[in-house]
Amino acid sequence: MADTRPTAGASAGAAGRTPAAPPVVVPDAPPAPRLTSPQRRGTSVAANLALAVVGVAFLVPLAWILLASVDPDATVSVSVPTRPTLEHFSTVLTYDLTFLPLWNSLVVSGGAALVTVVVATLAAYPLSRYRMRFNRSFMYVILFGSCLPITAIMVPVYALFVALGMLDSLLGTVLFLAATSLPMAVWMLKNFMDGVPVSLEEAAWVDGASAMSALRRIVVPLMRPGIAVVFIFVFTQAWGNFFVPFVLLLDPAKQPAAVSIFTFFGTQGAIAYGQLAAFSVLYATPVLALYLLVQRLAGGSFALAGSVKG
Amino acid sequence: MSAPAGATAPAPARATGRGDGGGRLVLLARLAPLAPTVALMLVFLAGPIAYALYGSLTNTALSGYRAADPEFVGLDNYSTLVSSGEFWQSAWLTLLFVLASAVVGQNVLGMVVALLLRAARGPLRSLVSGLVVTAWVLPEIVAAFALYAFFSGDGTLNAVLGLVGGEGAGGTAWLVTFPMTAVILANVWRGTAFSMMVYGAALAEVPPDLAEAAALDGASGRQRFFRITLPLLRRSIGTNLMLTTLQTLGVFTLIWVMTGGGPGTSSSTLPVLAFQEAFRFGQVGYGTAIAVVTLVVGALFATVYVRVLKPEVD
Repeated sequence: MADTRPTAGASAGAAGRTPAAPPVVVPDAPPAPRLTSPQRRGTSVAANLALAVVGVAFLVPLAWILLASVDPDATVSVSVPTRPTLEHFSTVLTYDLTFLPLWNSLVVSGGAALVTVVVATLAAYPLSRYRMRFNRSFMYVILFGSCLPITAIMVPVYALFVALGMLDSLLGTVLFLAATSLPMAVWMLKNFMDGVPVSLEEAAWVDGASAMSALRRIVVPLMRPGIAVVFIFVFTQAWGNFFVPFVLLLDPAKQPAAVSIFTFFGTQGAIAYGQLAAFSVLYATPVLALYLLVQRLAGGSFALAGSVKG
Repeated sequence: MSAPAGATAPAPARATGRGDGGGRLVLLARLAPLAPTVALMLVFLAGPIAYALYGSLTNTALSGYRAADPEFVGLDNYSTLVSSGEFWQSAWLTLLFVLASAVVGQNVLGMVVALLLRAARGPLRSLVSGLVVTAWVLPEIVAAFALYAFFSGDGTLNAVLGLVGGEGAGGTAWLVTFPMTAVILANVWRGTAFSMMVYGAALAEVPPDLAEAAALDGASGRQRFFRITLPLLRRSIGTNLMLTTLQTLGVFTLIWVMTGGGPGTSSSTLPVLAFQEAFRFGQVGYGTAIAVVTLVVGALFATVYVRVLKPEVD
């Protein structure tokens, strides 16, 4: 039966409701053959109609972002601009408003993804390669940690950061984000690594290579797509995270785009909707592009399967 | 590093060897790569949890002298919590939010869209699934602003209602009058993609011959779905319910941007209330106690989830 347990998605619980660890599945499998063909035609027309309704409901809020970003008289309501303009983009494309926050986002998300991938790959090796009694309990902790809503408790995290003197520290934020993505990353990478045959390493061991050099020279190159998928998952998740940097970073010069968009637009009386939408487009495009890249890399259900198989 | 060359994996005998110093050294060397993971998880995951348990027993404040020198107050925060109407209201709102938007909304709509995608034909399928997924991949704050615009007084929803319903139909201030309805629908919009993908993958694995056999026996489409497909998807449904529940329990940004938990606290779920108590009213200790309650609820669900997935680990 269908063993579709999206552990990849567990991270969403772990690191806030972000496009966390998208299980890369294109629900495009051909429909099961039906027996009666006239009925089938009727069904597919009805299904197309229903699907169109769903599609419109999902399209409208998305369309607002795109249309408002080029509408000189943007409001909160969707309308097709009579004379489209790029003036909102040129207004927001300044150092303080766009480039610095996006750079901060890049530093925070890139840092978190890099730390997570390196640390989790190391951890995955003994978990995948040695059969130890310890492994099972460790995997339970990992699984448990991957779905605990840790980012729902930013109040004690804030208090802890105050106590450690790490408030307003980019490094602290990066490490916290990495730690919250680690359970999911270890789980996925361990399962990817299980798919790399041990026999290749055995040959290296015979030649006198240590476990770590076998990991670096043989295992890591073989699971490059899997590592890339995990990197992008963590990056996307951190890029979209608002709550963590909102609480942990106070200095506007350090805040990533998620926070700067809120402090700039969310607290002003009269919101400049056109600029808000233009900024949203600039800020959201990288993660949408990365998502497409993951689908390429992962080739259908590969990522899901990798994260799911025990 | 130092795992010996002869250590052909898997080597259970040597790994679990006890008593002799060599075995213990080998074990240590093998566990060494786990150290950074363990360290990070201890400091940044176990740390906040331990700190939450302790902090909820103090009267820590955000500023002033109780920030620097908090007092131990025992279970005072919890007794305040239990006798506070605001807390029970928030617990109820959280339950409502999770049930309506995750358990019912995302799961049912996700399943429906997954079924429609299988039944429909043509390019509409990839278009619609692309739109649903985009709503989910988008950074949460962008989604929150888009939905704020959609539901606000002069927003698209009211514009459409005004067109369809005529006079007075589009005058509702959704975010003020029905804040919970707005954030629940928003969370359905935001999170349905996940359930859709899970169910899409699960449906693809249901062997078609079972449904065909039932159809030959005269079972209707509805009977085939409820008596054959649904029971076969039991496990996927169970895990998906668990995961969407846990995700929804932690939702903060969507509600914070759309309503700020308001008007008043009428849309403050537990994470939002904890934040308000700590950062708006300066009661960090009290806010921490609310966080502990949220965490305990999350931990209960997580335990069930781990139990369901037990065969995966073994």
